[in-house]
Amino acid sequence: MSYAATHDQHDDHHGAPKSFFQRWFMSTNHKDIGTLYLIFSLTMFFIGGSFAMLIRAELFKPGMQLMQPYFFNELTTMHALIMIFGAIMPAFVGLGNWMIPLMVGAPDMALPRMNNLSFWILPFAFLLMLSTLFLPGGGPAGGWTMYPPLALQTDSLAYVVFAIHLMGISSIMGAINIIATILNMRAPGMDLLKMPVFVWSWLITAFLLIAVMPVLAGAVTMLLTDKYFGTNFFNPGGGGDPVLYQHIFWFFGHPEVYIMILPAFGIISEIVPTFARKPIFGYKAMVFAIACIAFLSFIVWAHHMFAVGLPLGAEIFFMYATMLISVPTGVKVFNWVATMWGGSMTFETPMLFALAFIILFTIGGFSGLMLALVPADFQYHDTYFVVAHFHYVLVTGALFAIIGSAYYWMPKWTGHMYNEFWGKVHFWNSVIWVNVLFFPQHFLGLAGMPRRIPDYNVAFANFNMISSIGGFLFGATQLIFVGVVIHCVFFSKKKATDRVWEGAKGLEWTVPSPAPHHTFEVPPVINDDELAHGHVND
Amino acid sequence: MGQQHDAYFVPAKSTWPFVAAVVMFITVFGAAHWLNAEPGDAGFGKTVLSVGVIGVLGMFFGWFRSVINESLAGSYNHQVDTSFRMGMMWFIFSEVMFFGAFFGALFYIRMFSVPWLGGHGHGVLTHQFLWSDYAAAWGANGGNGPEQAGGAFRTVPAWGLPLLNTLILLTSSVTVTIAHHALRAGHRGRILLFLGLTVLLGATFLYFQAHEYIEAYKELNLTLHSGVYGSTFFLLTGFHGLHVTLGTIMLAVIWLRVLKGHFNKEHHFGFEAVAWYWHFVDVVWLGLFMFVYIL
Repeated sequence: MSYAATHDQHDDHHGAPKSFFQRWFMSTNHKDIGTLYLIFSLTMFFIGGSFAMLIRAELFKPGMQLMQPYFFNELTTMHALIMIFGAIMPAFVGLGNWMIPLMVGAPDMALPRMNNLSFWILPFAFLLMLSTLFLPGGGPAGGWTMYPPLALQTDSLAYVVFAIHLMGISSIMGAINIIATILNMRAPGMDLLKMPVFVWSWLITAFLLIAVMPVLAGAVTMLLTDKYFGTNFFNPGGGGDPVLYQHIFWFFGHPEVYIMILPAFGIISEIVPTFARKPIFGYKAMVFAIACIAFLSFIVWAHHMFAVGLPLGAEIFFMYATMLISVPTGVKVFNWVATMWGGSMTFETPMLFALAFIILFTIGGFSGLMLALVPADFQYHDTYFVVAHFHYVLVTGALFAIIGSAYYWMPKWTGHMYNEFWGKVHFWNSVIWVNVLFFPQHFLGLAGMPRRIPDYNVAFANFNMISSIGGFLFGATQLIFVGVVIHCVFFSKKKATDRVWEGAKGLEWTVPSPAPHHTFEVPPVINDDELAHGHVND
Repeated sequence: MGQQHDAYFVPAKSTWPFVAAVVMFITVFGAAHWLNAEPGDAGFGKTVLSVGVIGVLGMFFGWFRSVINESLAGSYNHQVDTSFRMGMMWFIFSEVMFFGAFFGALFYIRMFSVPWLGGHGHGVLTHQFLWSDYAAAWGANGGNGPEQAGGAFRTVPAWGLPLLNTLILLTSSVTVTIAHHALRAGHRGRILLFLGLTVLLGATFLYFQAHEYIEAYKELNLTLHSGVYGSTFFLLTGFHGLHVTLGTIMLAVIWLRVLKGHFNKEHHFGFEAVAWYWHFVDVVWLGLFMFVYIL
């Protein structure tokens, strides 16, 4: 597995182009496009995060403090849409863009121009969506799920629906690209069951994306025609049913949840073996567990709708199917723990985030199990308990994995080590304040505080204040991350080695740091001992 | 078992993706403005939408031209060909899921929401308190819901134009396959004949479909407003019709490319991609004929 440095010979058309426009707007390079995705995602993370800060400021005390209720509803709606479609998903696509070709020994993505289009659609889609905040009628305020008839009442619906169409097109093209890259561009000898778990997780995620993004497009198209063209899909007077929207939406929505967590599972499965200095425990079981979770994600959607009035048989089926997911998820958590068992562990920042992920994501998983119980869900539904649950899986789950992966791969991207001290400061502040922020929300929810309201009963005052303080500090902590990244990219003097981490294995660590503009133009020779999971027993 | 590589190919930089993102944005921005415009005040949105649509068409023309030129120059090796094939297959899968959403809506409405509104099973209270005189039925006798949205209407009989259209599309699938075999055998005259026939059959289908819509609106009072029957009927057949339109245009482009001698026995991915797409719209139509027209 040697990296042949062939690119010196024809530097003229293989180095990074000099012109700014050519390099960033016309790119066919998976690394540059990956970088664009990551910068876009970080920007959106701070825009969505600033909305969250405003929400927590309003909820700091009972009573109406800062804003009109409609604006508060716009904030909760936009916060969700931005974080899901603008921050988490593009971050994973960016990581996939950067790392999948490096991990499978490909020179680039399979369809590089389409890759560039997938990215460039996104800034425009969010421009369209955010512009609605400045329209006369205001932005969308019916929640990110856009349930009719509420969502049909604002003029911004058309803008949001078209923005979602654009994001869907972007996601589908990105996913097609990733599948084609993984299935068609692997270096000779890189068998499917030798691929890193991160690549496997993205292969399965891409399948989910292609399967469900068109369904979302269909659902929002029906909203659009119901509002503007007089159709009756969701109007009982015309024979339709608003619950139909919820079925179609959550048929997309539940796989979407796994779209946002499966690549995170893949990332944790890369980080933990590196810092435990052991191959991952149960490689095949890890891959099959991801596939199982993906399959189950298609048959559990109605657990988001238990309180809507489903037939009893449907509630029981969806309850049991949902609980079944804890089996493959448990396989993954136990295998990460078993990977660390007896390993020579060190605790650099990526490993700290991975460990926090394993513990805190599992808490989010447990509160998910509680929500899966139909009789209990009647109590929890639409309370802050749900808010606490999905923020544990999305913030301490997906987001922590993304931040951990950024620390893990940043030396490979930039050629420099980030500052470990400030990385650890960032970690410890994040992990403390995120719990101060979200843990009290469990209690608020169990006590009956509804979600998506700007004002609340004084009985909820104390926990809300604690939660808001945690929120402000968690938000401020993320500025440290920006500082660490800027320092690492522009100012860090400490050169990274090619391998970067002592225990790192896999093709991506055999190329120089920083990774040259073009890698693996000559397919690498695969040596099983060098692979993270090279020897897979049958 | 990894892949065999002849030589890796990474395409040159291109402005088309960025242009595509811009013109798509202009299109939907214009469309959203248009939808929200006050009556009689649709000028701005319409203008922007038109600019966007022209831009999208120009973008497709320019992007495909550069790809075709690269293909003719022999830049694309076997691996690129496989990537294109995978891309097209998964694109068609995404289209299947898109239609799946609308078929799913149709099944849900017919199996659940309409019977429930009529007092069956789960919906007995809604029926009793809101619409106790509504008898659940599909088609002309209740397909527009308890409030008779859109007024009384009649349905399009399955055994007239829709049957004819079914035969037309099935025949076109045969003709495109004959053209494919001719391409592999290298009979250019036969390709042009049968591919041309396929284009004509596609256009005929569209003509009849337009005729059917006009009849539905003028004679049968079956419109988009005709309750949920009209909603499902027009969205399912409408999206299918859009796909047939797109497919017919693609087939016509391929016909021109055959005329110019762009394909040979080994290299004809463009032809095959369009043929797959055509079979896909054919299969969707069979679903439509069965569940929208017959049942």
